[in-house]
Amino acid sequence: MSPVIKKKGEKFTIPSKYLLFVLTCLCTVLMALTFSTDLFNRPLNTAVGYVIVPFQQGIGKVGSWLSRRKDELVQIRQLLEENVSLQQQVDELLVENTLLQQEKAELSRLRELYQLDNQYDEYHKVGARIIARDSGNWYSTFVIDKGAEDGLEVDMNVIASGGLVGRVSEVGPNWARVTSVIADNSNVSAKTLSSSDTLTVSGDLQAMHDGVIRFSQLIDSQDSVVAGDKVVTSHISDKYLPNILIGTIHTINRDPNNLTKSGFLTPAVDFEHLEEVLVITDMKREWEDA
Amino acid sequence: MLRKITMVILILFCFLLQTTLFRSLAFAGIVPNLLIVLTSAFGFMRGEKEGLLIGFFSGILCDIFFADILGFYALVYMYIGFLNGKFCKIFYPEDIKLPLALITASDLSYGVLCYVLLFLLRGRLNFPFYLGTVILPEVVYTIVITCLLYPLALFVNNRLEGFERKRAKKFV
Repeated sequence: MSPVIKKKGEKFTIPSKYLLFVLTCLCTVLMALTFSTDLFNRPLNTAVGYVIVPFQQGIGKVGSWLSRRKDELVQIRQLLEENVSLQQQVDELLVENTLLQQEKAELSRLRELYQLDNQYDEYHKVGARIIARDSGNWYSTFVIDKGAEDGLEVDMNVIASGGLVGRVSEVGPNWARVTSVIADNSNVSAKTLSSSDTLTVSGDLQAMHDGVIRFSQLIDSQDSVVAGDKVVTSHISDKYLPNILIGTIHTINRDPNNLTKSGFLTPAVDFEHLEEVLVITDMKREWEDA
Repeated sequence: MLRKITMVILILFCFLLQTTLFRSLAFAGIVPNLLIVLTSAFGFMRGEKEGLLIGFFSGILCDIFFADILGFYALVYMYIGFLNGKFCKIFYPEDIKLPLALITASDLSYGVLCYVLLFLLRGRLNFPFYLGTVILPEVVYTIVITCLLYPLALFVNNRLEGFERKRAKKFV
């Protein structure tokens, strides 16, 4: 007799092996569907956005409050000393700043002459706080506290302290997931700032363990690229805006095929101590249309 | 009903701790896997069905937030919960050796599965490196956390079972 048949007066239950089979099928179908479409993203993202994100924000706030109090106690004496020297520095910088402002005015005049845009300054940016990090230890993704309601969209670029962090890979109403450039499944098209040679920067868990990112496919026939050169995002990518700093070249080796070079970059961003990031709300596609 | 609500709260509690608090307490960038402890513990305490359901919901939560496709982690966690449920018959609350061994085995197989399916298939062949820097540290850290979380899970389960027994008696 089949175990699923309901007896009179008995509560209806499904045996666990049937349930396992049904859920396995469900998972497989879900994987197949979400691999090609984003059918379920919107309702699910909205649901978890209202249930879980507020807690993450709360815990994040408590955590940062506690660590701030701890830091305050430790650092008061140190800060007093630092304050004196910083005040001195402020005075020096003020003088320097006025000089720089004069130079900036000159620079913008020259730029107008050359009809170049200062693209980096013109991007619209939104600040966001990191509220959760990957639940596993395999990939470097994190969740920020801004989402579709703040105008974020998938594929927007994320920067911090002047360098590229990654891009938005999923958006909920009040949260967004950022896949960083050091994640093992991420690839960025880049170029060297000095010679405009293109290369590919790939995240690698093994390389990141030594604090570097892997790069490859650098075509540099004139041997002009050396360690210490700055690497920025290239004009080729359809997702990343051009000329955002990724890092500096750490080591460089010739590939066995004698045509391309590969090696490692030191990232511009300190990924371990990242707390706040800036999301550039200009998209590459719109930016090209404009 | 009470059991279902408690389970939802426990899963959310573990997920939130894992993604926020333990991220700041991470040693060498490694976080313990609380959801595996929860799935595995309720698997061998309550049986296959509860194990696989808790695993499924823990996994789907990870999928929504951190995976590109839905269903992968749900599948992995679900099978871990189900297989732990097979040991329900030889589980006694007084015995600490079996739970520790099962949770260790669960986290280890979770790590190896993740490596094979997410990394090996993309041509990352250096297994000793991943074993030494990701899988084993996670297992060790998870075992340490198990010593704190497992008594809590056991306590919650005992209270719930006591409550259910009392209610069943009243009903008859």
